[in-house]
Amino acid sequence: MIRIKNITKKFGDNIALDNINFEVKKGEVLGFLGPNGAGKSTTMKIITSFWFPSSGNVKIDGLDAKKDSLKIREKIGYLPEIVPLYDDFLVYEYLKFVAEIRGVKKTQIKKRLRETIDLCGLNKVIKKPIDELSKGYRQRVGLAQSIIHNPDILILDEPTTGLDPNQISEIRSLIKKIGKEKTVIFSTHILSEVQATCDRVIIINDGKIVGEGTPKELADKLDRREIIYVKIKGDKEMVLKKFSEVENIENVKVKDKEKSNIYGYEIESKEGVDLREYLSILVVNSGWNILEFTKKEVTLEDVFKELTKEK
Amino acid sequence: MTKKNNLSSNFLHGSNKIYILFKKELLAYFNSPIAYIFIAVFLIISNWMFLNYFFVSGQAEMRSYFSFLPWIFLFLAPAMTMRLWAEEKKSGTAELLLTLPVTDWQIVLGKFFGSLVFLFISLLLSITLPISISFLGDMDMGVVFASYLGSLFLGGSYLALGLFISSLTRNQIVAFVLGVVFCFIGFILGADFVLKKAPQFLLPIMKFFGIGSHFYNIAKGVVDTKDIIYYLSFIFLFLWLNVRVIERRQWR
Repeated sequence: MIRIKNITKKFGDNIALDNINFEVKKGEVLGFLGPNGAGKSTTMKIITSFWFPSSGNVKIDGLDAKKDSLKIREKIGYLPEIVPLYDDFLVYEYLKFVAEIRGVKKTQIKKRLRETIDLCGLNKVIKKPIDELSKGYRQRVGLAQSIIHNPDILILDEPTTGLDPNQISEIRSLIKKIGKEKTVIFSTHILSEVQATCDRVIIINDGKIVGEGTPKELADKLDRREIIYVKIKGDKEMVLKKFSEVENIENVKVKDKEKSNIYGYEIESKEGVDLREYLSILVVNSGWNILEFTKKEVTLEDVFKELTKEK
Repeated sequence: MTKKNNLSSNFLHGSNKIYILFKKELLAYFNSPIAYIFIAVFLIISNWMFLNYFFVSGQAEMRSYFSFLPWIFLFLAPAMTMRLWAEEKKSGTAELLLTLPVTDWQIVLGKFFGSLVFLFISLLLSITLPISISFLGDMDMGVVFASYLGSLFLGGSYLALGLFISSLTRNQIVAFVLGVVFCFIGFILGADFVLKKAPQFLLPIMKFFGIGSHFYNIAKGVVDTKDIIYYLSFIFLFLWLNVRVIERRQWR
């Protein structure tokens, strides 16, 4: 549905995007992950034809972004990072304008307004001036304008930034609902969000794609070193000494301290080794007490940190 | 579909888009209290300046009103256009406008006509003046009508220039100041008192390019095609420059 080919974007000498390539299938929900300044917003601005690439091309639904820019814009709903609202307008005035300019037929406008307002929970604020709305409501109005014309493709740039946890989970379920029928690309910093809502993830750093795949695929790709967290009641120096003698332990970190001789340790095993049984026996035999014992799953956060750390 | 059908339906669709954008611009003016302040200030100042002169002169004419008008427009027009692009860029709504299925020309025309109609409405509200004067004496309505027409062209030129300048900056104050400065330069190029002091060989050039000289021609009551062509070209030039600036999307 969306094909990004060899996209490079330069601002003077600054290379914002360096030869980006990826595809989005129809009906897919794609998560765009990356640190600040990585190029997520830039990529989205190019897909929505707000900016043009320095080289490379974008094809959406077979149409070329350069030649058929207007036709492509009809198919896309876009919520930029800064929600683009006209503060002096009333909510319904604003949404009506967007509906009209986006070609929603006159006979359909009232119906679409109704549906979108219901879907985004804006019933209480339809007649309010936009500058009187809270951040959560502003975000919802922004989301509403992006879907009011029922586009095939939805592009959302950090739709949950600055919202409180309740609002975040509302927007998330909204995206999930919409994502069932449409192709959605959204960018975020919140990794758990990506895990919960996306079919696929693309991790971008410094203008380059550094990771791509389903959340599970990405987690599998990382070096499968096990990390076990153990809280031990026992002399810290003795514990560290004993662990350093074990061959299969790659690394031990003191993670936290609960009391004078109760510490939490993060133990990293050598690749492919399952230390759980061995560790528990070792600890008991040494006369220490295990207060907590968990195997840490490699999460998307670990993947993200690994792929985006400073080289 | 025949080629002719396609062309006319495209034209209709295109004009409809301009109309929707124009409606939005006009709504933006009237939704904010600033619009009403503008109109009030305009009417108060222009009426006051004129009436100061009118009763003393004892003549049933509006010549002095229209001689003041360019100077009032000089400040009013940049004030009306200063937010048109600067605010959109600053608040992020430009990103919405430019990702809508509309061309850059349609957006610029929507903004231009929005400000022009707003100016027209302000002018219209001053119609009480000629109406009351006509009760007091015999006034040449043809001259008045031509003067209003000239004002619209003059105002339109200022608006096109101000709109262009607004597209160059994110700061409304800068847009306003530069707007006043350049409208002023454009105007005095053809103003009488400047022409008097100018060297002989520059006279025809200055007279042609000066926004003011064409206005005074029309205000005399003579609506010459060359003056109209001047204004339309001027307006078109700055709208065209505006589109060129926008299509570069040069702001981050």
